Amino acid sequence: METSIEKSHHEAHEAAANDRVMFGFWVYLMTDLLMFAILFAVYTVLHGNTMGGPAGRDIFSMQLALLETLLLLTSSFTVGLGMIAARRGSKSHVLAWFGLTFVLGLAFLALEMKEFAEFIHEGHTMQSNAFFSSFFTLVGTHGLHITSGLLWMGVTLIYVIKRGLNAPLLRKLALLSLFWHFLDIVWIFIFTIVYMGAFV
Amino acid sequence: MKKHKNPARESRPIWYIALGLLGLGLLIAYLLRDADVALLNPKGYIAQQQLNLMLVSLVIMLVIAVPALFLFYFFAWKYRETNEKATYDPTGRQSKYFVFGIWAFPIIIAIVLAGVMWPATQKLEPTDNLAYVSDAEPVTIQVVAMRWKWLFIYPEQNIASVNFVQIPTNTPVKFELTADESPMSSFWIPHLSGQLYAMTGHANHLNILADTPGDYPGSSAEINGAGFAGMKFIARAGSQADFDRWVHDVQVATAELDSTQYQKLLKPTENHPAEFYALTESGLYDKVLMKYSGSHEHSAGEPGENKDAHSMSEKPKGHE
Amino acid sequence: MKEFLIGRLDTNALPHDIFMILGSLSFIFLGLGIVAIITYLRRWKWLWNEWLTSVDPKKIGIMYFIAGGFMLARGGLDALMVWLQQAISVDGSQGYLSADHFQQIFTAHGNIMVFFVAMAFIFGLINYIVPLQIGARDLASPFLNTLGFWLYIAGVLMVNMFFFAGGEYAATGWLAVAPLSGIEFSPYVGVDYWIWSLQISGIGTTLGAINFIMTILKMRAPGMTLWKMPLFTWGSLLSMIMAVTVFPLLTATLFLLFFDRYFGTHFFTTTLGGDPMLYTNLIWMWGHPEVYILVIPAYGVFSEIVSTFSRKPIASYRSNVLGMIGVAAFALSVWLHHFFTMGAGANVNGFFGIMTIAIAIPTTVLVFSWIATMYKGRIRFTTPMLWFLGFLGIFALGGISGVMLGFPPADFQLHNSLFLVAHFHSNVIGGVLFGIFAGLNFWFPKIAGFRLNEKIGRYAFWCWIIGFCLSFIPMYILGIMGATRRLDHYDSSTGWQPFYIMMLVGGIVIAIGVALQVVQIIASAIEKNRLRDTTGDPWDGRSLEWASASPPPFYNFTVIPTVTTRDAHYEAKRQGLLKPAYEDITMPRNTAAGIYISIFAFLAGFAFVWHINWLAIVSIIAIIVCVIVRTFNDDTEYTIPAAEIEKLEVARLKKDTAAAARTAKVAHPDEDMGLWQFIKIVAIWALDVIKHKRWQTWKHQ
Repeated sequence: METSIEKSHHEAHEAAANDRVMFGFWVYLMTDLLMFAILFAVYTVLHGNTMGGPAGRDIFSMQLALLETLLLLTSSFTVGLGMIAARRGSKSHVLAWFGLTFVLGLAFLALEMKEFAEFIHEGHTMQSNAFFSSFFTLVGTHGLHITSGLLWMGVTLIYVIKRGLNAPLLRKLALLSLFWHFLDIVWIFIFTIVYMGAFV
Repeated sequence: MKKHKNPARESRPIWYIALGLLGLGLLIAYLLRDADVALLNPKGYIAQQQLNLMLVSLVIMLVIAVPALFLFYFFAWKYRETNEKATYDPTGRQSKYFVFGIWAFPIIIAIVLAGVMWPATQKLEPTDNLAYVSDAEPVTIQVVAMRWKWLFIYPEQNIASVNFVQIPTNTPVKFELTADESPMSSFWIPHLSGQLYAMTGHANHLNILADTPGDYPGSSAEINGAGFAGMKFIARAGSQADFDRWVHDVQVATAELDSTQYQKLLKPTENHPAEFYALTESGLYDKVLMKYSGSHEHSAGEPGENKDAHSMSEKPKGHE
Repeated sequence: MKEFLIGRLDTNALPHDIFMILGSLSFIFLGLGIVAIITYLRRWKWLWNEWLTSVDPKKIGIMYFIAGGFMLARGGLDALMVWLQQAISVDGSQGYLSADHFQQIFTAHGNIMVFFVAMAFIFGLINYIVPLQIGARDLASPFLNTLGFWLYIAGVLMVNMFFFAGGEYAATGWLAVAPLSGIEFSPYVGVDYWIWSLQISGIGTTLGAINFIMTILKMRAPGMTLWKMPLFTWGSLLSMIMAVTVFPLLTATLFLLFFDRYFGTHFFTTTLGGDPMLYTNLIWMWGHPEVYILVIPAYGVFSEIVSTFSRKPIASYRSNVLGMIGVAAFALSVWLHHFFTMGAGANVNGFFGIMTIAIAIPTTVLVFSWIATMYKGRIRFTTPMLWFLGFLGIFALGGISGVMLGFPPADFQLHNSLFLVAHFHSNVIGGVLFGIFAGLNFWFPKIAGFRLNEKIGRYAFWCWIIGFCLSFIPMYILGIMGATRRLDHYDSSTGWQPFYIMMLVGGIVIAIGVALQVVQIIASAIEKNRLRDTTGDPWDGRSLEWASASPPPFYNFTVIPTVTTRDAHYEAKRQGLLKPAYEDITMPRNTAAGIYISIFAFLAGFAFVWHINWLAIVSIIAIIVCVIVRTFNDDTEYTIPAAEIEKLEVARLKKDTAAAARTAKVAHPDEDMGLWQFIKIVAIWALDVIKHKRWQTWKHQ
């Protein structure tokens, strides 16, 4: 049995550790952002090199991009609600909201893969020219991050079901929600620079 | 060996270092007695300007470096703990001008250096033609870097040569550099001027002017594969009469350069000997550029248009 | 079927030329030898529990030093091979190396020295010393620490793997510029090994940098504001902030080159829209800051050393810190000066020339700060101080030549010549390497518990200075004579050969210096009773690391000190504030997760080199599983009650007192052991061991 002194010592230790981990995760997110920045820079430099083939404006569907954006924005909203539920300690609400986020993320991925499949079916692969290399790499890397986020979410939710909403899992959900919002912001840039930029 | 520390012997290392460096200097001077130190021996207008710039920047830097290094080693010696006579101030209090001084001096030197560097960079930009140095009729030579040799095409004289280039002295010469089926190479004749990269899909312009007749070695200064060290050529500067005579000799040469022969040349070879061709097909150089510049179709309004870029082929290519 | 199972591996990939055979055999014998010795001494369990799975930054630091030391030998051997080739390959002779092999050797030399030697030693120093300097017990994430180390080891394995499979490394120069490094001009596996050795260790570096930043910003002792931190900690913080900024650039660029080579994309190809100039920009946006990542901690080391051995606080701490910040900030803005000759035009070139000149300002401020620290000090010429004095002359040479190179028109003549090579070696050897040597000599008593032999240390120092001058001053001359770098062959008519021969002699002198440094360590170990550091503070040090024992216990301090000034330990000594006290201590458990993840990372990299797709997929899945298992493991720490700590401290004090008594009893000649004495002692010891078969007593019980 912990005495009250031991308990407050333990809590102070936990709080300091939480603070460190959150800060460290922010630093990691910045490194990830820098990596995306390079991919954006590469896309900006190379997207005109279409070698006589179709450019973005010839093949992108704004409706699709808009729908993907709405899905992701909504999923950020549901993640936010999930975190409120988590801070209140309400396990069932956490599962509901994060579960909904998971579904929305999955829908986003499905749409993106459909778009990629269409392009490939028409003979436009990442080997076709520099434009397609940079497009598939930039958008695909974002999609890969979304996939990792979904995997992370799934595993965490399973542990929430098994162990309940304890302090370490609460921290993991907080980090996950940060990651998810970060990916949403990167998507806004993709939507603006890649999709909208193609039609300007 | 050393049993007791003797104060007089403490200065010994300083003398050893001084003598050692002096000895090394003498050895190097001896080894250089007959040598042709290319960068100190400019034979062209640009190389001369570049040397002047190096010397000026060196002198400016020595103005701050020599006193600083002297103070550094002098203090290290003067304030050694065995020196009873030196004052010791463990508090490390500095005068209020100290911080100002240690920032002001470097900033001033940096401003002077930048003030020398910027105009020199503007003036010695390789793409600028040298009509202001000599009003002789300029010569244009198109250069294709291949593995592992240099092809020189004289479009106005309808000749070509491999690993040998003849130019007239006191005449502005414009080298247009590109590459074909080769990684990046760097075109360098140290006696005449600095280098410039020769890259596929780009035409870099290097303007030089030789003021003294002679044979000057040239090479690729950028590694481009196994045959890199053998990618050497001779740049011969001679009088206008020498140049005209050489051109005439090559024009009547038996070897001919057309697309077929060009394709043969493209195959990788090492330590390629000098060759001379009469040019029987025009526009070879432009064809090389077209081969790669199809890469760069753009839609209008490209972001990042770089107005300062080197001259291009006719196809637009906006950015680095 | 065979292609599915083992990708593009075939019997051709096995060693079949003399150098590959010799190389792989050396590694095999070395490896088998080490395994045999550990097995004989029955130390596997001890090695696994005490060292390999340890998350103690002190132990990880020592492991970095050992690995870095091995790689220093390998990189140095590469350098000697280069010098030997260039001394003899004149006119008709191609020397003893083909052009392609020669190019692989200097490429490997550059990569090994930067990634696997310099980064290793810097990371080792930061790991060991920074927690002690800020009054912390560990880094913020012990798991990331061990993971970063083992990823580095996976990179080391990858950069040596080509001896066994493939037989070639990249022959492109240390940064593998496109399109030379693309699949068209480098079709075989050399560049792929290059990519994956750097990618894996680069990710380790990024994780380590995040960890160090978290630690320095969040785990300082109470009262230690940023403006009271020791200067080595400042240098480490700034360096790691730069690292997290630029290593992601390297990660992205390496992935793009990998995609070009593996998937056939067109980022940096010469056709279908690729842009090789883009690679040049991206790789140097990482490459230039990288060298400052290495040198800024060295500046921090030198600040500590000049202050301690002048017995004065650093002159203008604030200017010193602002100087380091200035260097770090400007370093991010100069990358184009590496390719002025690519033809960006006078305005772009001029801008980057200005930024290059600007970097000289904060650097000079640092130099002035050091000069003023020595002024009216009372200077002791210990070995660390000698390395500092040697550093400045050589570094100044590098700095002046660097600013000359920063003038674009001058650079057009000096780019890719041996002048350039001499310049950056002056800075990297004079600055980074001498900083590492100075730091190791300075903190060795803290790490090992006994100080280093000063006499042999001085011999080693002078060998380095003489060797450096003989090797690199002729190199500046060769550059001015118009000699290009990386040449495997040249004509005697150039007049270069005598200088190449001088450089070879210098290289041999440097090799002797390195050997003497090894001798220095062994000789000190032999005399360790006489050289023992009984107080924890052999130099009358100024910062907190000297407040702990030598070596520190695994928890560093019994109680985290409260700090009120700079030079915290020095002030505490003056005010007599050092008293023992005890509290409960929570420490992290050891973990093998870093090892497992790195094994799979290595396998994934190897699979990518040889196009063994199933292995790549399986390894990546395994990495993900390991990460999940580790991060969802809540039981990663344990607590030691205060009473237990008190018992440990009392026992340690007893041991130290006994050791001090032994030290007092040992005969005290005035001087450290000399070289001849060392040889005699080792010979006598070796004969004794053989005669009495003493190795049987070394087995672990």
